[in-house]
Amino acid sequence: MAHVKSTIQEPGQPQGASSLQGASSPQGASSLQGASSLQGASSLQGADAPGRRLDVDRIRSDFPLLARQVHGRRLVYLDSAASSQRPRAVLQAMDAYYETTHANVHRGVYAIAEEADRLYEQARVTVGHFIGAPHPAREVVFTKNATEAVNLVAFSWGRANLKPGDAIVLTEMEHHSNLVPWLVLAADLGLELRYLRMDDSYRLDLSSLDRLVEGAKLVTCTVMSNVLGTIPPFASIAEAAHSAGAVVLADGAQSVPHHVTDVGSLGCDFLAFSSHKMLGPTGIGVLWGREDLLDAMPPFMTGGGMIRDVKLDGFVPDETPGKFEAGTPPIAEAIGLAEAIRYLTDIGMTSVEHHESHLTAYAEEALAGTLGADLRILGPAGTVARGGVLSLAYRDIHPHDLAQVLDESGVCIRAGHHCAKPLMRRLGVSATARASLYVYNDESDVDALAEALGKAGSLFG
Amino acid sequence: MPALEDLYREIILDHYRSPRNRGELAVPPARRVEGFNPLCGDEVVVYAEVDGDKLADIRISGQGCSISQSSASLMSTAVKGLPLGEVREVIRTFKSMMSLHEAAIDEHGDHGGEDGEHASGTSGDSSGEGGPGEEPVDLEKLGELAALQGVVKFPVRIKCATLAWNTLVQAIDEAESSSGEE
Ligand SMILES: Cc1ncc(COP(=O)(O)O)c(C=O)c1O
Repeated sequence: MAHVKSTIQEPGQPQGASSLQGASSPQGASSLQGASSLQGASSLQGADAPGRRLDVDRIRSDFPLLARQVHGRRLVYLDSAASSQRPRAVLQAMDAYYETTHANVHRGVYAIAEEADRLYEQARVTVGHFIGAPHPAREVVFTKNATEAVNLVAFSWGRANLKPGDAIVLTEMEHHSNLVPWLVLAADLGLELRYLRMDDSYRLDLSSLDRLVEGAKLVTCTVMSNVLGTIPPFASIAEAAHSAGAVVLADGAQSVPHHVTDVGSLGCDFLAFSSHKMLGPTGIGVLWGREDLLDAMPPFMTGGGMIRDVKLDGFVPDETPGKFEAGTPPIAEAIGLAEAIRYLTDIGMTSVEHHESHLTAYAEEALAGTLGADLRILGPAGTVARGGVLSLAYRDIHPHDLAQVLDESGVCIRAGHHCAKPLMRRLGVSATARASLYVYNDESDVDALAEALGKAGSLFG
Repeated sequence: MPALEDLYREIILDHYRSPRNRGELAVPPARRVEGFNPLCGDEVVVYAEVDGDKLADIRISGQGCSISQSSASLMSTAVKGLPLGEVREVIRTFKSMMSLHEAAIDEHGDHGGEDGEHASGTSGDSSGEGGPGEEPVDLEKLGELAALQGVVKFPVRIKCATLAWNTLVQAIDEAESSSGEE
């Protein structure tokens, strides 16, 4: 704690996107930021007023990939829950970094190394601000993805704080990434795993919450289901967990990209998410953790970059967050993620939420209107406490066949178990066909989906 | 791009809608072997009753996509009642119809692991067209099974088509090795 790295920005300094952009402008970055504010951003600039309609055509034009045709048709990308696309500004920010600035971080004393270091640490702060982290420079750990972030908590916090017989509470809705690490830890340490179940309206059954959290050491839950779109009442779950003395991990892989996120109002102690689902590059994810928890945790992976001192018979780890970042980190990816966050912030996360909620309502209506009772949506009805993820069952056509037929119309959806096999079992299906919405989708995409589903219906007749 | 009609031939849709040899057999004398395709969540259960050196009876259960289920159904009609040597011959011919492309997929690193969220892309990117040194497949010999050849143009679906076949191989391997032990 005493030796905060001098290169890290002081915590709590008000550095919104604008000050960062100023800081990075000397390095080719200026042209990027110019680019990002030209594209879509400027037209959407400023007010993040509730209910504000997005200029989707404009946004779409920022995404080079969405201009692509497949099978001679316009690409209709409805698989952002698996991975989003990225705007030109993100691609350019990464290119510019490589073209003008790249050097390894944390080691160099020459100009471009210092610039690289600053950009990397500023990216950390940008991420921290985006999720309301009280100490952005110290509480954001860059990982490979959300999965690694969960593994970090399981291996580092879990091994240091749990002992045989301790209980962990999780839910039936978890993605394998927030389940398998706990299964492994439970088997290794002899832990008890307790599950919140899903009720028949595709929501978590909280009637057993108080009983389940009693005596538990950790409670973890997805902030939004990647299969059902369900948004559990996370803050109440966290409150119950905290009053029982448990630490709370939020899987924000599906929520951070789509909703205003504030770790304080979520009430979590850890938050895991991935860049590639929020317009950023692959290869980088985030673990946010409460500073005191992170400080007390042992390193996860070890090697270069995460140490203060090494002798032939031992080592002293670096401070938080460096001690969790062994080896050369994903520098360009961090810069790309920060640019993605700037892009989202320019649109405004409240507007993103409203857009998706509006589009989800439209989809429910349009799909029911075109396909009637043959189409079922496996997820909460209405748009309350649900996100823009629609798991579809159409007649008894297998999801993989649906996805195949939809592909011919250029419509990209995901078929499979979505890395949530326990939930599939609970739903009584082996797979679903999932369409998911983001900032670049609009009514025409939903109409294309409905039309393509209709075609599948006639093929399988 | 390959046309969807190549994949969903009428015969395939027919076997999907009205699967043949659907059901179960008493175990023993039959053997029950399960096959899974983690990509689609397909599940094929093969009941194989081997009598001497003959595949006396076969039943299929399980659930999955049209390709996995119709392939299982077509397979059951092709091999039921045949001597095991001929069953293996049919399997070999069928698999070689698929194999060039399966090899091409494996080269791309798809080993059928647990990859639902990440790798179950559905684009029909037809890679590995043609290939060196494989015997030409005698489509005549395959009869109705030849309808499945369109699947090779959709590499992601090859594992669906071969699922039942790999499961059957396991069943008759087991049957033969256990009869050898007696
Ligand atoms: C809810 C949820 N948690 C975790 C993950 C894992 O994300 P990643 O594969 O980027 O580690 C995903 C996405 O696949 C997800 O949807």
